[in-house]
Amino acid sequence: MTVAISALAIALGTILGVFVGLALLYAWLPVRIIVRIYVDFIRGTPVFVLVLASFYILSIIGIQLNAFQAGVLAITLFCSTHVGEMVRGALAAIHRGQTEAAMAIGLTFRQIFLYVLMPQALRQILPTWVNAATEMVKASTLLSIIGVTELLLATQQIISRNFLSLEFYFLAGFIYFAIDFSIERLGRYVERKVAYS
Amino acid sequence: MANPLMVIENLHKKFDKMEVLKGVDLTINTSDVVSIIGSSGSGKTTLLRCVNLLEEFHEGRILIDGEEIGYTKKNDKRHRLSSSILAQHRALTGMVFQTFNLFPHLTALKNVTLGLRKVKRMKKEEAIETARHWLNRVGLLNWQDHHPGQLSGGQQQRVAIARAIAMNPKLMLFDEVTSALDPELVNEVLSVIKDLADDGMTMLLVTHEMHFAYDVSTTVIFMNEGKIGEQGPPSELFQNPKSQRLAEFIKNSTF
Repeated sequence: MTVAISALAIALGTILGVFVGLALLYAWLPVRIIVRIYVDFIRGTPVFVLVLASFYILSIIGIQLNAFQAGVLAITLFCSTHVGEMVRGALAAIHRGQTEAAMAIGLTFRQIFLYVLMPQALRQILPTWVNAATEMVKASTLLSIIGVTELLLATQQIISRNFLSLEFYFLAGFIYFAIDFSIERLGRYVERKVAYS
Repeated sequence: MANPLMVIENLHKKFDKMEVLKGVDLTINTSDVVSIIGSSGSGKTTLLRCVNLLEEFHEGRILIDGEEIGYTKKNDKRHRLSSSILAQHRALTGMVFQTFNLFPHLTALKNVTLGLRKVKRMKKEEAIETARHWLNRVGLLNWQDHHPGQLSGGQQQRVAIARAIAMNPKLMLFDEVTSALDPELVNEVLSVIKDLADDGMTMLLVTHEMHFAYDVSTTVIFMNEGKIGEQGPPSELFQNPKSQRLAEFIKNSTF
């Protein structure tokens, strides 16, 4: 469950985050302001509150999500603001000359973004993205509060039956480590793949 | 005489309230090599950037082969064209920058093929062949698989020239292309440019290399305070400057 929620939320949050980052840089001013408020608001809110909000508050206004959906939603939103800021920062850090050189050979805005800016931004983003992704996995522990049987809650349920707290907490810790370690390895691998000498 | 390749008419450009170009008129014919000289802040680079449509301009027209670029008139109002048409117009000219601006994530070869594939829509083999031809012309065929970070400044600038000229532009623009180079690397870049000029490529270049401008140009333009101060063949301009301003500028320049 932890893996499913984290993977889904990280994937969705990353996709949404790329658009958030683009909007923060290039969108029409009113849109940019709205997205900026969204980012600051979500980032300024503890994930714990986001989790409770997507489960309880949305149901008040008539959107009934189950615990799993609410959990994915909360972490996706949280993830998207972080990724959005990374994308914005990485794109903004690319020298203006890159865009101009690409414009000079006649590339369109979309082509410049795809072939010139994004590949360079990706290298900047990857290390911080790995960091954020592991944070999301850890944030998924908070979903136990709305009854998602993620790793931590499952562990507690097992322990409540057999009282082997040390062993099972240790096991849970090891599984979290294994998940985050895999993400980190994956990140390193991709980093090496896209690195240029 | 054939129609001029490029005509600039009454070009005005402002940065906020500062007027940088104050009405520039210039005609360039095919195979002309026009050097722009002048002190910094005289509007040389801005003029070049306007021709490549990297800067907006507020008055005047630029025509290439008789067709206006960048702007259109609708109901007597001047409009900047849509970004996709601007991109097409930009491809009419090739620009080489002071700071090279190669794409660091791509090899020398791919720096050149990117435009050929995506703008010219060439097939992969054709793009590679064209790119290799031009890398060979600038003497870097053996470096095609290297990334810009592995090349010297002079080599990078030569790749940048290949990248621009491979697009088969009607006019090449060079913006102080040797200013960021170590002195011993300047010549390898200048000789590539001279080679292209000898081949009949039409060029407009901004330069501080007076000796080079003297050697290679058919016309030299002296820009002064946003206007063309003087214009003529290099021998005339350098040996018999008409204005006090140009005489001083030449006296203070190193050859």
